[in-house]
Amino acid sequence: MTRREPPRTSFAARRSVFAAISGGLREALRGRSLLAIVAIAFGVALGYAVHLVNESAVRELASGIAVLSGSADLEVRGPRHGFAESVYPRVARDRDVVAASPVVEVDAKLAGRRETLPILGVDVFRAIAITPSLVGIADDRLDTLRADALFPSAAAARWLDVARGDRVVVQIGLRDAPLRVAGHANATDNARYAVMDIAAVQDRFDFGGRLTRIDVRLAPGADRAGAQRRLQSLLPAGVSIAPPATTADAAKRFSRAYRVNLDVLALVALFTGAMLVYATQTLGVARRRTPFALLRTLGLPARRLVAGVLGEAALVGLAGAIAGLAIGHAIALVAVRHFGPDLGAGYFEGDASAVLVDVPWLLLFAGLGVVAALAGSALPALDASRAAPAAALKAADADVVVPARARPLAVASIGLGVAFAFLPAVDELPVFGYFAIALILVGAILALPSLAQPMLRALPTPRRVPFALALAHLRATPGKFASMLAAVVASVALMSAMAIMVASFRQSLDDWLGVMLPADLYVRTQGDSAFLSTRDQRAVATLAGVARAEFMRVTSIGLDPARPRIVLLARDLDPEHAGSRLALVGGSPTPAHDAAPPAWINEALADVLHLRVGETLRLPISGRAVEFTVAGVWRDYARQQGAIVIERRRYEAITGDASVNEAALWLVDGASIAGVRNALAAYAGPGDRLLVSTPGELRRLSLATFDRTFAVTYALEAAAVVIGLAGLSAALVAQTLARRREFGMLRHLGMTRGSIGTMLAAEGALLALVGVAGGLMLGLAISLILIHVVNRQSFHWGMDLHVPAGSLTALAAVLIALATLAARLAARRATGVDAVRAVREDW
Amino acid sequence: MVELRGVAKSFGGTSPRRVLHDVSLRVARAEYVAIVGASGVGKSTLLNVVAGLETIDAGSVSVDGVDLASLDDDRKSALRRERIGFVFQAFHVLPYLSVRDNVALPLALQGRQGDAERARADAMLRAVGLGDRGASSPAELSGGELQRVAIARALVHRPSLVLADEPTGNLDPDTAANVMRVLAQAVRDNDASAMLVTHSLAAAASADRVYRLTADGLRLLETGAVARRERDVPTTPP
Repeated sequence: MTRREPPRTSFAARRSVFAAISGGLREALRGRSLLAIVAIAFGVALGYAVHLVNESAVRELASGIAVLSGSADLEVRGPRHGFAESVYPRVARDRDVVAASPVVEVDAKLAGRRETLPILGVDVFRAIAITPSLVGIADDRLDTLRADALFPSAAAARWLDVARGDRVVVQIGLRDAPLRVAGHANATDNARYAVMDIAAVQDRFDFGGRLTRIDVRLAPGADRAGAQRRLQSLLPAGVSIAPPATTADAAKRFSRAYRVNLDVLALVALFTGAMLVYATQTLGVARRRTPFALLRTLGLPARRLVAGVLGEAALVGLAGAIAGLAIGHAIALVAVRHFGPDLGAGYFEGDASAVLVDVPWLLLFAGLGVVAALAGSALPALDASRAAPAAALKAADADVVVPARARPLAVASIGLGVAFAFLPAVDELPVFGYFAIALILVGAILALPSLAQPMLRALPTPRRVPFALALAHLRATPGKFASMLAAVVASVALMSAMAIMVASFRQSLDDWLGVMLPADLYVRTQGDSAFLSTRDQRAVATLAGVARAEFMRVTSIGLDPARPRIVLLARDLDPEHAGSRLALVGGSPTPAHDAAPPAWINEALADVLHLRVGETLRLPISGRAVEFTVAGVWRDYARQQGAIVIERRRYEAITGDASVNEAALWLVDGASIAGVRNALAAYAGPGDRLLVSTPGELRRLSLATFDRTFAVTYALEAAAVVIGLAGLSAALVAQTLARRREFGMLRHLGMTRGSIGTMLAAEGALLALVGVAGGLMLGLAISLILIHVVNRQSFHWGMDLHVPAGSLTALAAVLIALATLAARLAARRATGVDAVRAVREDW
Repeated sequence: MVELRGVAKSFGGTSPRRVLHDVSLRVARAEYVAIVGASGVGKSTLLNVVAGLETIDAGSVSVDGVDLASLDDDRKSALRRERIGFVFQAFHVLPYLSVRDNVALPLALQGRQGDAERARADAMLRAVGLGDRGASSPAELSGGELQRVAIARALVHRPSLVLADEPTGNLDPDTAANVMRVLAQAVRDNDASAMLVTHSLAAAASADRVYRLTADGLRLLETGAVARRERDVPTTPP
């Protein structure tokens, strides 16, 4: 017996079936579907925009490093204050090295400006072979060897507004040193820097006998890894050799956590969009139960019904993705132009780079938009296909079916999420933390029907009929109730979690500043070129009105070429009372008498190096590996790359460097801050040679930077809440219109339009109340993961929980009021004469 | 009790659909009037006009001596709440309330929600043969049972007028006959007037008088029920 093939359906027939399922594309593009498209577009736009901005930043960074590295195969790099130039001949003489170019890189303070300019001192005869972009182009070729000749890059010349023959004055120590613009650097990219002769830089900037970098070109065919290993063995402690790409990766790594978190945050909007698609599709499927049942009765296979609903979702996703990509590109252009490629977070400096279309990522985000829409439609589509046609035909206004597996899935999802929250970072990214948040969020939304029922049943039944009917309706339709709440719960949860995290961070930062800034006045110099000599230190400490001065040398050292340099803070500190100057976390026991001298590491370094109090740490200082005992771990919101505090007297003993670049001043009783400021300015001379700030000013500056950095997160989260609220409002309107016959009947029974409006407003308020309350509770749970997992693993910032109860209460009140208003407005449309006529079956 | 004089009603704007034309009718207290007519002739509209749910283009309508044109929307609502009971073709029982709460809804709308009202709802359910289904959900009831719930709801607050719109339109003949018997009995037991609109002469048979509604107006039909009841009530429109 041969199996009979089903008849092939024509295109027209398929189109009719799809039209019957979707209600037509025009219908799909109206009302709630339009809102779903907007939500998807919004998510895709934000995700793609953030990606483009990040790419622009990274491309700019990589391009700058590539220009400065030229065609070097390997780079020798050391601490910020450099390494002995005796290393150079050891490297240059290696059998595989065909060219080696020594470099001294100084971050030079510009006189009269609060900015620095990187100046690279090169030996032009060596650099030309490896890094031609570091060679100055001048009319008089001997200028490249003259001590006062400066060759800014095109971007630097634009930034400084200088041309050949002009002067650029830099600050060295507390003196001004004029340099002559003799030409330009041989580069056309956006990197801001200038080049000089290496001997001039060493001499003028107090780098005598020191280098900061050696660019190395190997012989063709040389074993790069072997040469790297061999050369590394020749280098002193704290100096390493690695390919330039490693340096670029280390630089990118510095901002990676910020960029990844911004990416994830942008995807939150897409997640909320998917929730909105879920809500609209669930209600849409419930609304079309009868036509679907009719189609199933007429012989439409379940899988084609699923395909139809998913096809409709794919259209919504595609329309949203296309619109989102265009909007995202526009947002990226505006953001890079106005806020810079780091969106104001302060990670990058330089001219804004172009925003380029990135086709693979464009396709990825388009795909994400479609996938989000499909994911949001999967459960409603299955619901539509599983409904028994005969029952569905009879009970057209039945509740949304909650899948039987929803509760175990919810429990499993939340359980897995909680377990993921305890897993460590993956390559220093909180991958499991993100998954934990997503799983807990999805689990909570799946659990909504199960949670909503007992919550509603626990409420006493009001005596007033509109309120009693509102509660009875919500109690009887937990599926619809949960579907309508999904988007609002997700968005409120994410918004409140972010708000709690940001408030905790801000409060902890404020507390931290209080501990870290105990003095009356803070003085610092900028860049590598400006510093306070021992004579300057004596002068500052003995200024009229100054009771006590503590000085600090800030520099950086490399522990691993693949990571950004860590900050070394050599400061005047009483080891017995380190807690009076550092925000110590936990205790700070005094090291044993015979132990290595104390060092206090910040939380970032403790996390990265897995170090604990009492353990030994070897620091490469001045070419030597010096042992220290970890005497304490301190909280630090300023140096996520890692920082170590050691006593300044020990640093001076090791390096012979007595200069400092920061000072904390305590004033005598009755001395005026303004008077001491004036005395400092008089000593240092004109311009901003010394930056002097009170703790209050530093606090305001820090909090302003904090607020600017988090402004983008506030904007993204507020947008997510708007989407969620819009979803709830649209769902309320749709539900209200679908219940017109019910309202018509109530009007027949003598219920006034006002009472029906009150009933619907009560439903809206109750929905929003439950949604907002659930969202806030979920948000609190997610905020704990953000604080203790995501932030800790991303940035190594420890912080204390601080719930901004006032602003969250205000947000909740506004959301509930808006939902109530939306329901009340919907009631006006649904209780008119049309509702009365909807009751009758004939004229 | 109910009096319509020269009522006219059209729907639509540029090309209006004339539904009622010069309709006059008087229904006395405790009188049971049926109006039959073809689909689309305006039977449901006529009931909505009597309930104050539709405005009229011409003529006048009064209930218990009150001219509906003199009432605003809220007072018309109050009139329906207190003096009128409705029975619909499609039952229109709220699925999210229990059977008892559905029946008690008109009392609740009057602010009466005590034990006495609960007992009254139960009494009405017993009267329509559903005394044991008060706690049930409407989803558990058949069509005939749902219509009996609707009848109990229409009479629970002792209205002076019951308006029934095709109450047997969705029922099989046996169930329809049973429902009509229950409706007629309940109306009489409560001493209410009733206006029944239907396309079924069988359903109209229990009425005191039967009218036919056509595009030209209302015309009285001779029915057995009139002869059987031999009530001394006005039988002609003014």
